[in-house]
Amino acid sequence: MCLGIPAKIVSITGDFAQVSIQGARIEVGIQLLDSVSVGDYVLVHTGYALEILSEEDALETLEAIRLLEKLNLGKLPSLS
Amino acid sequence: MNNHLIQLGHGSGGRMSRNLITQLFARYFANDTLRPLGDSSYIAGQTSQLAFTTDSYVIDPVFFPGGNIGQLAVCGTVNDLAVSGAIPRFLSAGFILEEGLSLKDLEKIVAAMAVEAANAKVQIVTGDTKVVRRGQCDKIYINTSGIGEIPEKHAHFTRKPAMQPGDKILLSGSLGDHAIAVLAARENLYLEEPILSDVAPLNHLAQLALEQPEQVLQMRDITRGGLATILVELCENQSFGIEVLENEIPIKQPVRSVCELFGFDPLYLANEGKMLLIVKNGTEKDILKRLRSNLAGANATLIGEITDRHPGKAIMQSVVGGKRLLDMLHGELVPRIC
Amino acid sequence: MNFTTPFRNQELIRTLLSQINKLKLRPIKIMEVCGGHTMAIRKHGLHQLLPSEIELLSGPGCPVCVTEQTFVDKAIAYAQLPKTTLLTYGDLVRVPGCYQSLSEARSAGASVEVIYSTQQALSLARKQPNHRFVFAAIGFETTAPGTALALQQASVEKLNNFLVYCAHKTMPEAMEALVADGLPIDGYLGPGHVCSITGSKLFDRLVARYSIPLVISGFEAVDLLQSVFLLTQMILQNESGIQIQYRRLVSPDGNRKAQSILNEVFEPCTATWRGLGAIPHSGLKIRNTYAQWDAEVMLPVSVHSLPDPKGCLCGEILKGIRKPTECAHFGKKCTPEHPVGACMVSSEGTCQAYYSYQQTE
Ligand code: SF4
Repeated sequence: MCLGIPAKIVSITGDFAQVSIQGARIEVGIQLLDSVSVGDYVLVHTGYALEILSEEDALETLEAIRLLEKLNLGKLPSLS
Repeated sequence: MNNHLIQLGHGSGGRMSRNLITQLFARYFANDTLRPLGDSSYIAGQTSQLAFTTDSYVIDPVFFPGGNIGQLAVCGTVNDLAVSGAIPRFLSAGFILEEGLSLKDLEKIVAAMAVEAANAKVQIVTGDTKVVRRGQCDKIYINTSGIGEIPEKHAHFTRKPAMQPGDKILLSGSLGDHAIAVLAARENLYLEEPILSDVAPLNHLAQLALEQPEQVLQMRDITRGGLATILVELCENQSFGIEVLENEIPIKQPVRSVCELFGFDPLYLANEGKMLLIVKNGTEKDILKRLRSNLAGANATLIGEITDRHPGKAIMQSVVGGKRLLDMLHGELVPRIC
Repeated sequence: MNFTTPFRNQELIRTLLSQINKLKLRPIKIMEVCGGHTMAIRKHGLHQLLPSEIELLSGPGCPVCVTEQTFVDKAIAYAQLPKTTLLTYGDLVRVPGCYQSLSEARSAGASVEVIYSTQQALSLARKQPNHRFVFAAIGFETTAPGTALALQQASVEKLNNFLVYCAHKTMPEAMEALVADGLPIDGYLGPGHVCSITGSKLFDRLVARYSIPLVISGFEAVDLLQSVFLLTQMILQNESGIQIQYRRLVSPDGNRKAQSILNEVFEPCTATWRGLGAIPHSGLKIRNTYAQWDAEVMLPVSVHSLPDPKGCLCGEILKGIRKPTECAHFGKKCTPEHPVGACMVSSEGTCQAYYSYQQTE
């Protein structure tokens, strides 16, 4: 359930932000977020930004898989 | 015409109707066959087989990025003829207008039809107009019917196509442009790289493909229901199946993004200027080269083939390598949250 | 960065598949609770690429599939009231009620509009103050905040022609009910988007009580395979606990602001799940402070309900004990065009996911 899609904040006006979803612009509500800035990536669902996406964590998740191949241990470095 | 809005009187059959016809429709669609403005038009006798088709056009918004309902009405019918192997010749145009429609808008639509008809080398030779009360239709509905000639060398199109395993499936360009352009206009979406409707007559592309008519087994225009629906139609209850590669199907980035946003599958989106060709195994390179020589076919590509592995089924190999059975569109296409 | 493409990377997918194949496998059952996972798995054909020892079961995470027929019947009743329009997400319009679906009711004259955000509902209500708009709210913790915000906004603006008919549900109680029933599930793939709001702590109790492993997963092919890998490892080593694969979005605590908004507007209630029955604390009810916008309070309708359609196995399929292919109606009387049960309606319903993406054998 719950289609969610990463979107980049382009501009902010009050409770709403223009976001770009790889080129498609829509307005979403940012009322659920404590603070968000232009340039942040957020996950959008039913017209609202649910949470900010973390680039650092995304890179680490990907790196964990590459490491797995290198070490070929059959055991992923723990993620939690 | 000094009034700027369509009134019920424009559909009354009296002076106002006549004026609308002579001053607008006949002016734009001018040709010798139409000129007498009789009850029907006389078309010089044909010896070849004829193809005859009709379609009605209803769209919100009437004007959208890349076109308007008029272009759709001409191209849609021209395309039905063109993919049947016919050379489109004559169209009829029936208009249902809503009281209050601006004449300026109507003129824009009619002008676009004239341009598109010239582009497709068809003549609009008969027509009709009715006006309904405000609220009884949405601005304007158009019906067009078309007649095309089937040249002798295209005669195999009038028979059941003979598909063999190994025959190739070609797509003339990217999917979903029309549906997304219209949706973006209706929903006020701003697309950084604008998407225009692909509305265009396909007869020139069909002509190019048919330079060697025996190479082409079948052509289909991919309109509502999208690519998936056509692929299923092609192989349902047949002794062959279809296999296509997701990787090879061209879809523009903004179309992809909007699809993810609204939960649409691009394989089901409507197009108005794209066709699918089934061609004999070994001729695909030749035909792609010819298609790509035309702007409308610049992105033409090989997407799959006919197979004997799973008769009656259309299967798509996913980007990841898994397989997915394609089915026709169910019900209407609505945005989803899941 | 681009948060999508790298998670669809072919090479990473191959790496993960080969690593999964290297594990010393025994037959295991993994349940993906979230319908979005079911759909992504079927769409990419991931289930065909996994070793045969790993069986994926689809759980109760498709909001329309777990919505009871009576909810649809009442939504239709709202749509048939004079000067009233029923608003809902596109997912719900084809769900069969006891008598008909919203889309069938619409062709018979009922007023039904599809929206994709509650902001649209508010703006419709603002534009037509003399018309009533009832929003039929479905979905889990991911979707509920949008409803909560709309209720808060309606209260600030005193928008009295906007009402919410609420059937929001929450995930963990249903998942607990499943394992409590003694279903043979070795591990759960947890719902990533739900957890962006709730945090992984949502599942602490479930995991502790039933000592079951759970991996909270993202939705791209790489996410799902990595999660399957992690979960399989935990199962093979008899570990329980929670791992977060979807770390770019999910934290242990989740979005606290969203949680407090949910808490301000809703309170837990017993909810009836199609196929699973009534489960305490598994639903969200509009609090009294917002009663003025609660359709059930302000505008009660009553309908005469019928029992669930005969022969439909939706309930057992949602529990993961039966497969759609075991249902006599599957693909025959029951197709996406003419769904008998709710699992065939939504594209992420287990039956439709099976039907649309079924294997080629
Ligand atoms: S196939 Fe149809 S009838 Fe059978 S369980 Fe699924 S939804 Fe119910």
